[in-house]
Amino acid sequence: MQDLVVVRGRRTVLPGLSCTLRRGAITGLLGPSGCGKSTLIRSIVGVQQVDSGRVEVLGQPAGSATLRSQIGYVTQEASVYDNLSVRDNVAFFSRVLGVPVSDEDRVIEQVGLADHGGSLAGQLSGGQRSRVSLAVALLGEPPLLVLDEPTVGLDPVLRVELWRLFADLAAAGATILVSSHAMDEAARCDDLILMRSGEILAAGTPAQLCDAAGAQDIESVFLKLVRARGEAA
Amino acid sequence: MNKAIVAAVTVRVLRQLRRDRRTAAMLLVLPCVLITLLWWVYDGQELVFDRVGAPLLAVFPFIVMFLVTSVTTLSERTSGTLERLLAMPMGKLDFLAGYALAFGAVAIVQGLLTTSLALFVLGLDVAGPAWVLAAVAMLDGVLGTTLGLFVSAFARTEFQAVQFMPAFVLPQLLVCGLLLPRDQLPDALRVASDLLPLSYAVDAMQQVSMHAEWTTDLGRDVVVLVGFIGGALLLGAATLRRRTP
Ligand SMILES: Nc1ncnc2c1ncn2[C@@H]1O[C@H](COP(=O)(O)OP(=O)(O)OP(=O)(O)O)[C@@H](O)[C@H]1O
Ligand SMILES: [Mg+2]
Repeated sequence: MQDLVVVRGRRTVLPGLSCTLRRGAITGLLGPSGCGKSTLIRSIVGVQQVDSGRVEVLGQPAGSATLRSQIGYVTQEASVYDNLSVRDNVAFFSRVLGVPVSDEDRVIEQVGLADHGGSLAGQLSGGQRSRVSLAVALLGEPPLLVLDEPTVGLDPVLRVELWRLFADLAAAGATILVSSHAMDEAARCDDLILMRSGEILAAGTPAQLCDAAGAQDIESVFLKLVRARGEAA
Repeated sequence: MNKAIVAAVTVRVLRQLRRDRRTAAMLLVLPCVLITLLWWVYDGQELVFDRVGAPLLAVFPFIVMFLVTSVTTLSERTSGTLERLLAMPMGKLDFLAGYALAFGAVAIVQGLLTTSLALFVLGLDVAGPAWVLAAVAMLDGVLGTTLGLFVSAFARTEFQAVQFMPAFVLPQLLVCGLLLPRDQLPDALRVASDLLPLSYAVDAMQQVSMHAEWTTDLGRDVVVLVGFIGGALLLGAATLRRRTP
C-alpha cells in the first residue's frame, strides 16, 4: 500500500499512508477509536472510495474482481441477516461464494456456534452475532482474512479461542489483518501497525517495537510515541 | 449474470419473508382486505364497484410491493450486508434480479389472490378475460418492486424510505386517471401523467374491464410497464456502488 489518501465527507481520514503486510502472518492494526482503522481496512477490501495512492492485494490492485473470492472480510458491525438462522445465513453466503456445502458446518464449528445453528441471528448476543459474521468470512478458506474488531464484546475465554483459531489459520498459510483498540491483544500478533489520526506511528514485530521505544508493553510504547510526536510538533 | 447467485438471493429473500409473518401478511392479506373493504363501501352500487375495482387491483399491489421492497433493500444497505455481498463475487444485477424474482413471485401470488377474490367472491364484473386481469395485477406488483429497489438508493434510513410512499406514490395516484379520466386533466398534469408508470397500470386495468378483446391501448400499456420495470432495474443497478465514500 502506497501513499493512500482517503477523504470521507470533509475530513481527510488517511492523509497518505504506506505499509505492507507479511504473507502468512497475523498483523494487528491498533489505534484509538476514530483513527482510521476501518477506513484502512475498507480500502484493502476495495469497498472504500480512495482519492489517491495505490493498494495492491495478493499481487492485484485492491477491488479487482478476481480478489473478491480470496478475501474474507468481517465488517465492524456484524453484517448478517437477523431474521435468518445461523445456518441459513452461512448457507446463503456459501452459495454466493460457490463453496462446497461441507464448508458450512466447518465454519460454524470453528467459531463455536455448533449448538446455535438453528437460532435466529437477531436473537443471539452481540458476541455470538459477530461470530456468525466471522464464520461467513472463513467460508472457502480465503488466503487473506481482514477482520475489523472481531473480538469486541467477547469474554476472555472466547477471545483466547479465537486467537488460537487465527494462529492456526496463519500457520496454514493465511495472511490475517486484525484491527483492535485493545492494546493487550497486541502480544498475540506476529506484526503490529500502530495508528493514530490516520498516520502510522510505528510498525514491526511486538518485540521490535518494545525494544525501539525501550518499553515493557505495547501500551507504553504507544503512549511514548504519542508523547514524542506531541513534543516534536 | 450468475444463475446460482440469483437463485441464492431469491431463496434467501423468500426465506426471510417466511420468518417475518407480519410482512408476509401485509403482502398477501392486506390487498385482499382492501379490495373487500372497497366492495363493502360500494355496497348496493355494483356499477361503481365495477368501474373502480379493476384499477384499484392495479394500485394496491403496486403500493404494497413498493413499500416493502424499498424498506427491505434499504435495510440491506444499512446493515452492512450489501457491502459484504458486493465485496464477494456478486454482480449488481445478480443482486437486483434475485430480489426482483423473489418479490415478483410474491406479486404473482398476490395478483392471483386479489383477482380471484374480486372476480369470484365479490362479483367484480369485467368485460375482458380474468387471466389478463390477473396478469396485469402481477405486472403492477413487479413494477412496484423494481421502483422500490431503485428509490431505496436515495434513502439513508428506513424512516426516509417510508417517506417515499407519500412523495412518490400519492401524486401518481392523483393523476393516474382514477379520480378523473386522464384526457380531462389540465394539460400540464396530463403530460405529467403520461410520464408516470402508474397511469399505464391503471389504464391497462380500465382497458381490461371495458373491452372483451385485446386492444392496442392495452398492448401499449403492457409494453410501457415492462419498459418501466426494465428501466428501474438498470437504474437500480447503477445506484449500487461497490466503493462507497
Ligand atoms: N461514512 C462516513 N462518512 C464520513 N466520515 C466518516 C464515515 N465513517 C467514518 N468517518 C470518519 O472517518 C474517521 C475514521 O473512521 P474509522 O471508522 O476508520 O475509525 P476507526 O479507527 O475504525 O474507529 P473505531 O475504533 O471507533 O472503529 C472518523 O473520524 C470518522 O469521523
Ligand atoms: Mg472501526
